[in-house]
Amino acid sequence: MKFLIGLHINPTVLDALTDEEKMALGAGHGAFVEALKESGELIITQALADPSQAAVVSVRNGQPAVTDGPFLEAKEYLGGFYLIDCESKERAIELAARIPDAAIEGLGVEVRPVMFSDGTLEA
Amino acid sequence: MITAAVEDLLRELAPQVLGGLVLRHGQFEGCEDAVQEEAAAAAAVQWTAEGVPDSPRGWLMTVASRRLIDQVRSDRARRERESAIAAEAPPQDVPGTDDTLVLLFLCCHPTLTAASQTALTLRAVGGLTTAEIARAFLVPEATMAARISRAKQRIKAAGSTFSLPAGADREERLRVVLHVLYLIFNEGYTASSGRELDRPDLAREAIRLARMVRAQLPEDGEVTGLLALMLLTHARREARTTTAGDLVPLDEQDRTRWDRALIEEGTELAKASLAGPALGPYQLQAAIAATHADAATAGETNWPQVHAAYLILERIAPNPMVTLNRAVALAETAGPRAGLALLATLDGDERMAGHHRLLSVRAHLLEKAGDTAGAYEHYRRAAKSTASLAEQRYLESRASRLRP
Repeated sequence: MKFLIGLHINPTVLDALTDEEKMALGAGHGAFVEALKESGELIITQALADPSQAAVVSVRNGQPAVTDGPFLEAKEYLGGFYLIDCESKERAIELAARIPDAAIEGLGVEVRPVMFSDGTLEA
Repeated sequence: MITAAVEDLLRELAPQVLGGLVLRHGQFEGCEDAVQEEAAAAAAVQWTAEGVPDSPRGWLMTVASRRLIDQVRSDRARRERESAIAAEAPPQDVPGTDDTLVLLFLCCHPTLTAASQTALTLRAVGGLTTAEIARAFLVPEATMAARISRAKQRIKAAGSTFSLPAGADREERLRVVLHVLYLIFNEGYTASSGRELDRPDLAREAIRLARMVRAQLPEDGEVTGLLALMLLTHARREARTTTAGDLVPLDEQDRTRWDRALIEEGTELAKASLAGPALGPYQLQAAIAATHADAATAGETNWPQVHAAYLILERIAPNPMVTLNRAVALAETAGPRAGLALLATLDGDERMAGHHRLLSVRAHLLEKAGDTAGAYEHYRRAAKSTASLAEQRYLESRASRLRP
């Protein structure tokens, strides 16, 4: 079963982390990626650039318009994701709990089942 | 271009040769590479160009043994094993096909997850390439390669001997093997998303493997029952979706599109499987599928018989899904209210909480009972709860028929 683990980050919370905490966060993700690769459960993971880099595209009366993002004015933004393929929802939750963000107040780790896949998977 | 005949022959022989090789030398991982990566690949080229040799199995065994020796030679750390293997003359042929069964037992080792068991079975016994298996499960090849490699390591670490387990252990392991074949079949049958045309036909592969197991264990009722269940389910394949890919429920399927040959074979096997002393879940499910296959129209279905089979199934293998299916049969024999009352007993079951099947069956029975508003509400909730796009479209279309 495929799941997308969304990492909802709060830039204020991230900024408030000490250098050591930031290092530990990065190392935690590194170890998580390695473990998932080895178990054959990782499809892909990607981290997104800062929300200030987002562009919102809309088309009205056939005319495209681009405005500065992000689309949602919120405290938390999608910072990145893991796309995994594992045995069950229970296993996906077990894996999500190993992501260092899950242990930090103000950061959100969200597990969602994938409903449809298409496109090249050799990323 | 490799001919289909050569490909079929290779996929039949490669696991037998692999089984024989592991039996002689141990080292599942090395043998697997030697057979699948090297010998089978060489055979595909050479046999297609020059024709199939007189003893194709002996040919494969000889080439694979040589490759294994080469591998061991090139591996300095394993130098000490070289003389032992090299001293053994490559066998002219390997005995019987029992080895394929032993190999299947090894791939379905209980220390592996179901995902790893299915992947390894398709690779080592089914002879599919890692790329093909990856496509079948819609994951990248690297992901599947890691999963298979991890599975091989686990088997090695478990120190499993290459032999058929005995007694009760054997029974239990055989259940795992059958479950893995069932999972492979289901994955093929419920192919859920895009690029279906690229996906290897897992349902057919599962049927091929089930036939192979049955050839080895013709007396086992559950083996025969599983094969029958697969054939009877596969027979409906053409009728269960529209050309646009929409699901067609059993009672609305065009039964003239069911595959009669598969139904005949499946029905015979289902009957044969019931003749044995013990009765298992696959035999009962096959009996239910055979009852449906026997009805020329949905209205002619022998529902009391279906209900009785689910009742027995519920006793020997209690499971909320079985109760759910029995509720559908009960609704047909005793009316939708009786079915709904049975469904109510599942409400406290954690395994079923918010499950889309419970919601959709309840919607269906409410609709039959004339509660349009309730049915609409439950179809909508069921549509939100499923992770299958085809099922969601179907449930939404049912809901929109009842829109208040």
